[in-house]
Amino acid sequence: MREVHVNQITEAVAKLSVETNLFLREDVCRRIAQCREEEDWPVAGEILGKIEDNIRIAREEFVPMCQDTGMACVFLEVGQDVHLTGGSLEDAVNEGVRKGYTEGYLRKAVVADPIRRGNTGDNTPAHIHTEIVPGDRVKVIVAPKGFGSENMSRIRMFPPSAGAEGVKDFIVRCVDEAGANPCPPVVVGVGIGGTFDRAALMAKQALLVPLEEPHPDEYYAAMEEELLERINELGIGPQGLGGRTTALAVKIKTFPTHMAGMPVAVNINCHVSRHGEVIL
Amino acid sequence: MTEKRLEYPFEKEKLKDLKAGDSVLITGTIYTARDEAHRRIVEMIRRGEELPFEIKDAIIYYAGPAPAKPGQVIGPVGPTTSYRMDPYAPVLLDLGLSGMIGKGPRSREVKDAVVRNGAVYFAAIGGAAALIARSVVSAETIAFEDLGAEAVRRLQVKDFPATVVIDPEGNDQYYLGRNEYLNKKRE
Repeated sequence: MREVHVNQITEAVAKLSVETNLFLREDVCRRIAQCREEEDWPVAGEILGKIEDNIRIAREEFVPMCQDTGMACVFLEVGQDVHLTGGSLEDAVNEGVRKGYTEGYLRKAVVADPIRRGNTGDNTPAHIHTEIVPGDRVKVIVAPKGFGSENMSRIRMFPPSAGAEGVKDFIVRCVDEAGANPCPPVVVGVGIGGTFDRAALMAKQALLVPLEEPHPDEYYAAMEEELLERINELGIGPQGLGGRTTALAVKIKTFPTHMAGMPVAVNINCHVSRHGEVIL
Repeated sequence: MTEKRLEYPFEKEKLKDLKAGDSVLITGTIYTARDEAHRRIVEMIRRGEELPFEIKDAIIYYAGPAPAKPGQVIGPVGPTTSYRMDPYAPVLLDLGLSGMIGKGPRSREVKDAVVRNGAVYFAAIGGAAALIARSVVSAETIAFEDLGAEAVRRLQVKDFPATVVIDPEGNDQYYLGRNEYLNKKRE
């Protein structure tokens, strides 16, 4: 059994918390540049240009692109042949968040209680999702999630009779109703199937898929394209001030579900669509 | 696109010529306040207490910056989503607040209060926080320090870039801009 000390996980989480907030993923940068070139509405093109300026300034000055450096969503894939040593995995992840957000001058946004509030002061705890997978590696993914977009996310338990059209209309309507709120252009993560909670998890995990990688199933790859086209015909545009570029991409994840149901979750991300990973 | 300039003090008189869709560069003193700060300020108004800053003719920026690195005036400081301040904004507008800077649409009640008081709602580019921070000349926490990022700060800004979304006549650029684009596409 391969041993991995949890300190390595702490270090990975700390490093990724900072890097993901300062440097935008290359696939998102490429997509924003492409949208700016294709944008046919002057105001929209100007805003996309300023968004690109902001990405460049953050990179040059080593500061976060957005002041909302998010709640840290940490996805762990732990090989079943790995023995984690040196302490609790959860504590190690939270220590990484504490270290990254403090030493990296990131904003501490997490409150200790959803109703009674009260900032925890170090952005902990993280939202942690752990999967046990074959092998002897540990994959650590950090996805800081801003709440301007998180607040615009929706879930609905459809009856099977709603069919593909019902699902697609719901997804487009989510983006339409979100309007300028989630800082468009957005990335739309969709989870279809599973259970209530599984659909929401898949919607968030869909945001981790590289933008240029279509769904492996042609049926859903076509649906992703159709949805992106429909969303970009809404006219919301960058920052909601009008234009073509309302979404950068639509990403779908699916799972088998019960014969009585068809859960659909939509998790919206802003243009500062962040995640990074390391394999230990 | 030509940009209009808006300079401190922000009397209502100066807002009259601003139209929905105008790009504006704002210079002078503005105040940050967001969710919890708004709840506390409105509570203080109800209790008749002295407020952290004069609301009349002020501009409030819905923002909570990231921490400043050593040597920096302020960390990245982009707008937060405005609708969360909708329950509080009309009270402040009726006390003479001149402007709000945020992002995203406002409620009917806020729009009515904007028109009733001849105020303006501006949007800044959400997510462009490092860019916007460049227009902040100085920053000082003046109230609710316990709230961290949510504390009220007095900012001196120079050429802060914003767009007029709701003008004193009640025109709404989120509605107008989108429709203008869609009408053009249909031609």
